[in-house]
Amino acid sequence: MDTRLPVEKTYKLFIKGEFVRSESGRALAVPNESTGGITQVSRASRKDAREAVIAAKAGWHAWASKTAYLRGQILYRLAEVMEGRRAELCEARTQAGVSSDEAREEVDLAIDRTVHYAGWADKISILLSSTNPVAGPHFNVTSPEPTGVVAVVPPDGGATLLTLVSTVLPVIVSGNGAIVVAPERDPRTTIVWCECVATSDMPAGVVNVLTGLRSELVPQVAKHMDIHALDLWKSDTVDAELAKSASVDGAENVKRVKVRDAQSVDWASDDAQGLSFIEPWLELKTVWHPVGL
Amino acid sequence: MALKKKAVSTSRGARSNGHAIVKPGSQDEALHLPTGGDRRRHTYRPPHVPPVEAVGLEERAASLAKRSIKKASKLEGLKMAISMMDLTTLEGKDTPGKVVAMCRKALRPHDRLDVPSCAAVCVYPNLVPVAKRALAGSTVKIASVATAFPSGQSPLKVKLDDVRRAVEFGADEIDMVIDRGAFLRGDYGKVFDEIAATKEACGRAHLKVILETGELGTYDNVRLASAIAIEAGGDFIKTSTGKVQPAATLPVTLLMLEVIRDYVDDGWRVIGMKPAGGVRNAKQALQYLCVVKETLGDQWLDPDLFRFGASALLNDVLMQIEKEHTGRYAGEDYFSKD
Repeated sequence: MDTRLPVEKTYKLFIKGEFVRSESGRALAVPNESTGGITQVSRASRKDAREAVIAAKAGWHAWASKTAYLRGQILYRLAEVMEGRRAELCEARTQAGVSSDEAREEVDLAIDRTVHYAGWADKISILLSSTNPVAGPHFNVTSPEPTGVVAVVPPDGGATLLTLVSTVLPVIVSGNGAIVVAPERDPRTTIVWCECVATSDMPAGVVNVLTGLRSELVPQVAKHMDIHALDLWKSDTVDAELAKSASVDGAENVKRVKVRDAQSVDWASDDAQGLSFIEPWLELKTVWHPVGL
Repeated sequence: MALKKKAVSTSRGARSNGHAIVKPGSQDEALHLPTGGDRRRHTYRPPHVPPVEAVGLEERAASLAKRSIKKASKLEGLKMAISMMDLTTLEGKDTPGKVVAMCRKALRPHDRLDVPSCAAVCVYPNLVPVAKRALAGSTVKIASVATAFPSGQSPLKVKLDDVRRAVEFGADEIDMVIDRGAFLRGDYGKVFDEIAATKEACGRAHLKVILETGELGTYDNVRLASAIAIEAGGDFIKTSTGKVQPAATLPVTLLMLEVIRDYVDDGWRVIGMKPAGGVRNAKQALQYLCVVKETLGDQWLDPDLFRFGASALLNDVLMQIEKEHTGRYAGEDYFSKD
């Protein structure tokens, strides 16, 4: 008889590169479809959100000051780590009720998407910069800079690993710091993905993940004055009402709030990736410089 | 845990031990080396203080830090912390412009009318006149560091000149540093003498004695240095210059408050306390207030007897006040930096 007790994973939050429990001590029961049991996942509080903002701010500065080329290298390294942890990522997806075949397919797509965004890192400013014709003896140059701290609320339900990667990577590839409010139905996959992030050489705080109730967390991130943008994907756990109140709350500090419908995107296709997903989280800086003699 | 102060049990005051103050400019002054002509110096006996039980001290400080202060009491506590703040800039790069901006902030830290002014600003002597002009007619005091801050490694004459100049310029309070080198080599008499001489040079200005606890090494040393500073005439004892890590910590502050309590229990005059450096956020500030209240009582929750030496603390407290009012976490981009 096998008497060994398996070591079960405790799913915690991911803040400042560390896996921490919620300061509130609360947990949320999430069904595990492959065993029929439940998993206890940390239920983040508003103070956890506050800590995540502090971490993301530091992460943004550290990350944005790296060269675009190095950011690309690190994102490629993330793809490498995900490749090495395919089995774990697949398992997390099957626990959420996806068949093994579907899970494998989704993980492959997610890894390929990571490589896709790794390639974008040092091409963004080439494509979005411009020299502008002006009426006077000046060079007028525009170049993109990261917006800052961006809260991402990825779609809930569906291919949660693929949508997670497809929404978070375009935010961070340009140098932003991200706070991710994990899908409520499948927070496990997000945390397993964070284990890949944690071992990919990405500075601490670039990606921070809060698991818990979106009805609690979305208003908090929408209100926070130190979050500069909010990427909100409507789904069962983010209804029109919540999205609207988040837009109103976000207006207080002129937050860039983008509310989109997860159903409107075919996440497996090439249309779900590329520059149009990166561009909303950039600020364009224009510099005037005298031409001289 | 009353202190046993055999040496000073009868007479009180700055010269209680009746030993000589070192004459500024004397040849042996730099290192206070004994000379044949002045034997009285050896008569100084430092106050007897019992050793500190470090684990117990840290445990008590940690337990007081666990108090949960919320809503209305938190708001009042935060406002009290602001009213006790010595807004400080002590950098080589300080300019009149920066000091004026800081003085304005000390006068009116926030738009909200119920937010009080800070207790004082703390600057280098050269910038005292600037602060004096900026704060004219207000209740905000001007504190100046002196005595060859932050090291204190200069001859006494220079240190006393430093003090007199700062007072002439208009400083209401003088923050002096003790000679840690002398203290650590056991020359407590020199430490005592310099504090007493500085007190004399201060005239009407209040004297805060900086122990620089981060350099004293042990809690026992902190307790002894606190006792010497009190007996030599300091009006306040202060943890740190802010230039050395670790600066103020909760256990060190608790210990120094306990020394004050022991002296006050023995009928000594009231002494103030100022933790400085290392108090960076609102939560810490409330923890310090708890420690003060639990050690010395409500009487010490007063800017005349308790101060925070800080620069970064004010903005965090303001952000917390703003959060209490609006329900949204404030961002540091919305508050002035200096």
